Amino acid sequence: MDDRTKTALHWPDLIYAQFRRVGVRQVGYVPDAGHSRLIELCVKDPNIHDVVLTTEEEGVGLVAGAALGGERAALLMQSSGVGNCINMFSLMRNCGFPCLVLITMRGEFAEFNPWQVPMGAITEATLKLCGFLTYRVDEPDNVDDIVGGGCDMAFGGDLQVAIVLSQRLIGRKEWTK
Amino acid sequence: MLDRREFVQKLLIDRENLLVVSGLGSPTYDVAACGDHPLNFYLWGAMGSAAMIGLGLALAQPALRVLVLTGDGEALMGLGSLATIGVKQPTNLAIVVLDNQHYGETGMQPSHTRAGIDLVAVAKACKFVDALHVSEIGAMSPIRDLVHNGRGPILVQAQISNDVAPRVLPSRDGHAIKLRFMEALGRLSG
Repeated sequence: MDDRTKTALHWPDLIYAQFRRVGVRQVGYVPDAGHSRLIELCVKDPNIHDVVLTTEEEGVGLVAGAALGGERAALLMQSSGVGNCINMFSLMRNCGFPCLVLITMRGEFAEFNPWQVPMGAITEATLKLCGFLTYRVDEPDNVDDIVGGGCDMAFGGDLQVAIVLSQRLIGRKEWTK
Repeated sequence: MLDRREFVQKLLIDRENLLVVSGLGSPTYDVAACGDHPLNFYLWGAMGSAAMIGLGLALAQPALRVLVLTGDGEALMGLGSLATIGVKQPTNLAIVVLDNQHYGETGMQPSHTRAGIDLVAVAKACKFVDALHVSEIGAMSPIRDLVHNGRGPILVQAQISNDVAPRVLPSRDGHAIKLRFMEALGRLSG
C-alpha cells in the first residue's frame, strides 16, 4: 500500500490525532456512516466524553456548556444536520464560544438520493450566514493540514469553524450489494 | 401551586459553588431576582439548549453541581436532550422545570404540559435517577437537598402559578456573561 492510499483510508485517524493534539475532551455526534471511524476512535478514548445526540442542535448546547466548563468540544455531523442547528448557532456568536464542526457532505458528488440534494446544496452557504469560517477538504492529503488549522483558529481565537468534508473525499455511498 | 420567585429563592439559598444555567424568559429573570451571581449563565435565546448546556458543563466539571433552571416551553423544545442526558448519566446535573403550563413570554398560550404531557414521566423513561413533581412550598426542604446533593441526573417539575412576576433583567451581553462565569469558575478550580 503506498502512502497516498494509506492517507485515503485513514483520514479519520488524522482528524482524531488533531483532536488529541489540541485536547478535545467532548465530542457530540449523530451517528453517521462518513464519520463512523472517527466516532469509533472517540468512543474508545477514555479522555473524551462521547455524547450521542438525538439531533445535531443538541450538540451546539453541549459545546457551549463544555466551553463554559473549560473543556474543548467538537461536533461531528452530516450536512443535513447543519440545517437543524441554525438558531442554536446564535449561541456561539452571541457569546464567542469556540466551535469546531466537522461535516460530512451528502447531496453532491455521485449522490444517489435526490432528497439529500436541497440541504447539501446550501450547507456551506448556510454555515457562512451563521458566522462560520468554512474550509472544504476534497483530498485526503489535505485533511491533516486543514483540520489542524481549523482547530487552531476555533480554539485559539474563539471562532466558529466548519470543516466541510466533501463527498468525493468520503466516497460514494453504495446502495446495492 | 408555587410562587415562582419564592420557589427559586428557596432553591438557590446558600448555593455556594452551584453552577446555574437559566432558560430564556422568566427563568432567567427569576434567577436574576435572587441576586446577580458570576456563576449564573443566563440564556436570552437558543431556546431548547439549556439542558444540553448543563450536560456539557456537568461533564467538564464533575466535582461541581450544575443546575439547569428552565421553563416548560423551553424544556419541551429540547425534549430529546433528556434522552441524551439519560445516556450519559451525569451524577452532578439537576434540571428544574418551572412549569406554569403556559408560554409566558408570548402571551400565555397553553403549553403541552397544560394538556397533561408529563415531563417527570419522560425523565423517568430517559433513565433519570430521580424525577418528581413538587407543588407545595412546604415540601421545599427535601427538594432543595435533592437538587444540591442528590445523585443525578435529576429532574424536578415544579408546578408554579402563572402569575406574572416583575421582570428583573440581567446583562444581555453574552460575551460578558460567559467571561465572568469562566473567570469565577477558574478561581474555584485554582
